[in-house]
Formats: sequence, structure tokens, C-alpha cells
Amino acid sequence: MENGQSVWTSIRFWRRSAAWVTGFASALLILLTFDTMGQIKMGTDEDLQKGITKRVPAPTVINHHIDYKYSKKRGHEVPVIGDKEPFFGKEWSPKEARALLHKGKLTVQAKNCINCHTILGNGAYYAPDLTKSWLDPKWKQLMAMTNSKTKEEAMAKFLQHPEKYPTHARRMPNLKITPEEAQAVVAFLKHLSTIDTNGFPRGFSKGVKEFEAGGTYAH
Amino acid sequence: MLTSIKSHKLQYEGQKLGMMYFRVALVLFGAQLLMGLIAAYQFINPDFLYGIFDFNVARMVHINALVVWLLYAMIGSVYMMTPEETGQEVVGVGLGKLAFWVLTLAVAVVVVVYIFIQIGPGKESTIWLINEGREYIEAPRWADIGIVVVVLIFYFNIFATYMKGERTGIMTVMVADLLALAGLYLAGVFYTDNVSMDQYWWWWVVHLWVEATWEVFVGTLAGFALLKVIKAKREIIEMWLWIEVLMLFGSGILGLGHHYFWIGTPEYWWEIGALFSALEPVPLVAMFVHVIYDWGKEQGAHGGSPVINNGPTMAWVTINAFGNFLGAGIWGFFHTLPQVNVYTHGTQFTAAHGHLAFFGAYASVLIGMFYYGIQKAYGIEKLKATFNSKMAIVLITFGVIGMTVALTIAGYEQVLVERAELGAGWDPYFTAQALPWMKQAMAWRMIMGVVTFVGFVYLFIDLLTIGKKEANN
Repeated sequence: MENGQSVWTSIRFWRRSAAWVTGFASALLILLTFDTMGQIKMGTDEDLQKGITKRVPAPTVINHHIDYKYSKKRGHEVPVIGDKEPFFGKEWSPKEARALLHKGKLTVQAKNCINCHTILGNGAYYAPDLTKSWLDPKWKQLMAMTNSKTKEEAMAKFLQHPEKYPTHARRMPNLKITPEEAQAVVAFLKHLSTIDTNGFPRGFSKGVKEFEAGGTYAH
Repeated sequence: MLTSIKSHKLQYEGQKLGMMYFRVALVLFGAQLLMGLIAAYQFINPDFLYGIFDFNVARMVHINALVVWLLYAMIGSVYMMTPEETGQEVVGVGLGKLAFWVLTLAVAVVVVVYIFIQIGPGKESTIWLINEGREYIEAPRWADIGIVVVVLIFYFNIFATYMKGERTGIMTVMVADLLALAGLYLAGVFYTDNVSMDQYWWWWVVHLWVEATWEVFVGTLAGFALLKVIKAKREIIEMWLWIEVLMLFGSGILGLGHHYFWIGTPEYWWEIGALFSALEPVPLVAMFVHVIYDWGKEQGAHGGSPVINNGPTMAWVTINAFGNFLGAGIWGFFHTLPQVNVYTHGTQFTAAHGHLAFFGAYASVLIGMFYYGIQKAYGIEKLKATFNSKMAIVLITFGVIGMTVALTIAGYEQVLVERAELGAGWDPYFTAQALPWMKQAMAWRMIMGVVTFVGFVYLFIDLLTIGKKEANN
């Protein structure tokens, strides 16, 4: 205490408190970071085979059917990894799937997607959020527009030539995405939809049918 | 350009270097606003420059110019205050000037590549040479390395000067904060295929900059400005500064949790993020009270006559006190609780908060430092606001608040229609974008953006002319 001053006006007291609080907060953050790193580490193909749920599953999750369903226990929707289904007409080995996801993530960064879209809700707000885009009912319409048999085929065609398939006045520009890059981006988006986002976004596309049928839930 | 801002009256070479940073910061501020106008207009007319200069390019340059001009102005402010606080010439100022030119050249190359090359193939080379594709820190990897080198030189300059000269409380906080600020940048310099991991560390840079280390930085700067402009008592400033450090770091470091609600990270971040970010506005209230209280107290001590030796700086620091509390504090708290954020995350709400917070917490106090630099550069004892200074203050502040209100309304509409009613996705998104409420809000945002830009023109002219005008008085 400086010259019998009150502790509340003592610079020394506040300096020490600041150092302790900052140190404590930083230590707690580092501790939690270690725990979180363990929980968001990408799972392995083995985990998938054994049905072990991971917050971020292995790249081979693209070989499975994906759903996003309400969980009573958690009070919100969670990704549900279902039975195997072909992705671009085949099953991808762990090595192939990893390489594909790698190319997809690189392409998403190289094409600067997040300065129009959001991924996991982060980015810009000029275009729809991509977190669950793999599950978007809109792809049914795009399958017809692009004359595709599967959803992934429609997505890849759209990504290569978005200017040819406008759905609204605001159109996605042509980003010179090659066929290989388009396939990889679709894999990235399918993998993205399997990440456990604690229920974000909530009630994904639940109201579209009612809205399209006349904009009301009253039937 | 900008040579009419003279620096001949400055005693210290370090302060001349500070002025060099200010000049580039001002130009980049203008570039930021121009890019913002293009992006804002594309919301109204999506065909504008479609396929030539798309929204993602305009928006990238808009936010990057913002980050870079704030960093330039911050570095300039530190070079401006360090000699005065330590009573020493900046150590290694020649090296500092070299670093300035290296950084400026690098920034110029990065911007040219952003504007003309824009995107690359999906390969590592794009990340290294063109664009890293991560919001706010899009700068390619080669530039990251350059930035780290330049910042190391800057930090050496400041730290060596601090060790050599007088170690005031203000400088102690500044030196410690700069170390954390610089070190955090490294958390953003890596690549991973795991998007959750990517965003986890990305937030270490973005959040721990703007909601922790930058906040302490501006607290320190505001303290320094009050010390100089209204001759506030150093003990009062320094005591409050430590309280601010305590509260800002105490809430801001773990407030990081509010970015970990939905990116794949565990649920416990809901509680941590909610609790600590709810505390974030507290120090911002304290800052405001502290500014006004100290001012009133000091006025009284001088026999009732106000002693403000730099009108524009004082005005911008006052705007900072209000703007920080409103933009970062209130607008941040609006949507920080997970129960609300599950709907507001990734909507125009975030844009509204971003505009008022960056302006209120950072741009305002740094513009104040521009005027402080001018006052010193021309050796003016008492710098009074001109007509242009006042127009700049009124139009920029009114413009930013207007944009914020417009974006908040757009955000409400988007949250309720797209998120709550329709549940997000392609059609829900465009359904909400097409409603008249959204369109009107976007038109108002454009209008208020133009108002802000006109204010910037006044600011630009004022900064070029006020020194000469006032020095002749």
C-alpha cells in the first residue's frame, strides 16, 4: 500500500490483479485447448467401421449416407452417418478419400469461397451458409436443371458452370473450377455436413415445403 | 502523395517514421471504403461487375484494407508515443524505416494480386502466392513470413527503446500487449484439411486480436491521448489502465468461447463463451466512465476552464469511448448468448456488429492519433477543429451508425425469416434476401456508406490542410 492509500486506488494492487487474472484465464484457455484438440481431431476409417461417433469423422465418411436428425437427448439436430452409398459411382479408399478432401479444402480456400458464403457460419453473408449444403433439398431441382442422375453429379456440374444455372438474380460467378476440383469440393461439402456442430443451423430447411406450398403451416 | 503532411517539427526520427505509417494508413482507409461501396452496391444490383470484380474480391479487399490500415495506424501510433513516453529516440530507427518500405511494398504486391489475379487453382501454390482464403487473414503465405519479419523488427525497436528509457506504466502495458498481439499472428500461419481445427486456431488470431489485445492497445492509446490532450493525471490513467487490462483480458481471453459454439467444438464452450463474453462489455463501460470522470475532474483542477490542446483528437477519443461501448459491447452482447446465436450466427447481424465495433473501438481512436501526429509535426500548441474536421466527425460517425442500424434491421429480418421460420439453406436464404425489408435495409446501408465516404473525403482534405492552416494562426 502506497502511503496508507486505499487498496482500491493502489496501482500496485491493480497491476498484480491484472497479471493474476490474465495468467489464470490464459492457463484455463490452454487447458481447454488441449481437451478440444483431442475432441475435434479427425476420426479414422476404423472409427467409422466400428460406429464410433466422432465430432469430425474420417474422410471416408463420404462413402456413407448422411442425415441431420433431431436428437431428443441433445435437444437439437445431429449428423447421422448411415449405410454405405456410392460417391461419384464408387467407394473411396481411405487414401483416396483423404487426397480428395485435401484437394477440396485447398480449392475452397483458393477460390475464396468464404468471402461470399459462410462455412460453419463464418465468412461473408452474400450467399447461403455451406455447413449443411450437402443436405440441401435444393439439389433436387438442380439435378433436373443439370440433367444429372445423382446429387453429387449435379453439385459438380453447378460448381463448374454456376452462371449456366441461375436460380436467383444474385448468381454465383464462374470460378474456373476444373472437373477434378469440383468433385473434390463436393467431397469437402459432404464431409463438412457430417461435423457435429451442436445443432447449427437449427431446423435445417424445415419450413421450405410449407413456404413453397403457400407460405403457411396451416393445412 | 500526402507530402503536404510535413513532419519537420518532429523532434524524434521515430515519430517521423510514425507519420510515414499514418500516411499509408489513410490511403488504405480510403481504399477500404471504396471496396465497401462496391460490395454494398452489389447487394442492390448483383449484375454490377459480375464475373469481372465479384463480391468476394471486393469484400476481401474491403476487410483486408481495414485490418492493414488499422495495423499501420497502430504501429504509427506506437512510434509516435514511444519517444515521448520513454524520453528516448527509437532504437534502430533506420532498420525500422527499412521495415516500413518492405512492408509497404509487400502490401502493394498483395493488393495488386488480389485485384487482378483474384483466385488460383486448388493447389498449395495458391495458398503461398495468391490468397489463403481465410477471412481477415487472406494474405498469402509469403506475405505472412514478411509480416512476421517486419513485426519482429518493429518489436525490437520498441522493446529496446523501452529498456533504455523511462519505463512508465503506459509503456509497460504497451510492450507486454504488443508481444501477445504479434505472437498470436503465428496461430494463423498454417494449413490443415480439418476445417474445425482450422477455424479453432483462426479465431485465436481474429478474436484474441480484436477482443483482447487490440482492446488493451486502444485503452493504452486512449490513456496516452488523454494524458497529452487534457493533461489528465498519470496516476489516474495508469490505475485505470491496469483495471482495464484485468477486465479485458479476464473476460476477452475466455470470451473466445463464443466463437466455439458451432464449429465442431465441444458443448462446454457454450457456458464458457456465454459467461465470459457477457462480461466483455463491462470494461468498456468502465472506459467510458473513466474518460468522462477524469476529464471533469481535471477541468475542475484547472479552475473550471477546459484545457483541451487538441480538439479533433479529443473528439475522436470521445467517439471511441461511446463507439467501443456501443459497437463492441452492446452490439456484441446482442447476439453472444448461444440460445440467440444459434439463429444469428453468420447473418447480417454480425455485419452490423462488425461495422460499429471496428469503427467505434479502433478507427475512431486511430483517426484521433492522426490528428495528434499532425499537431506534433507542425509544432502546434493548441490544435482547433476546422470546418472540415467537424464535417468529417459528423458525417463519418452518422454514416457508420446509419449503416449499423440498416444492417441490424437486415439482420433481424434474416434471422427471423431465414433462420427461425425457414431453417437456413439455399431457398430460405434467398427468400429472406428477396423480402422488401432486406432490400430497403440494403439500400439504406448503401446511402449511409456514401455518407461515410463523403465524411472520409472531408477527413482526407482536413488532414492534408489543417496543419498548415493552424500553424499559420
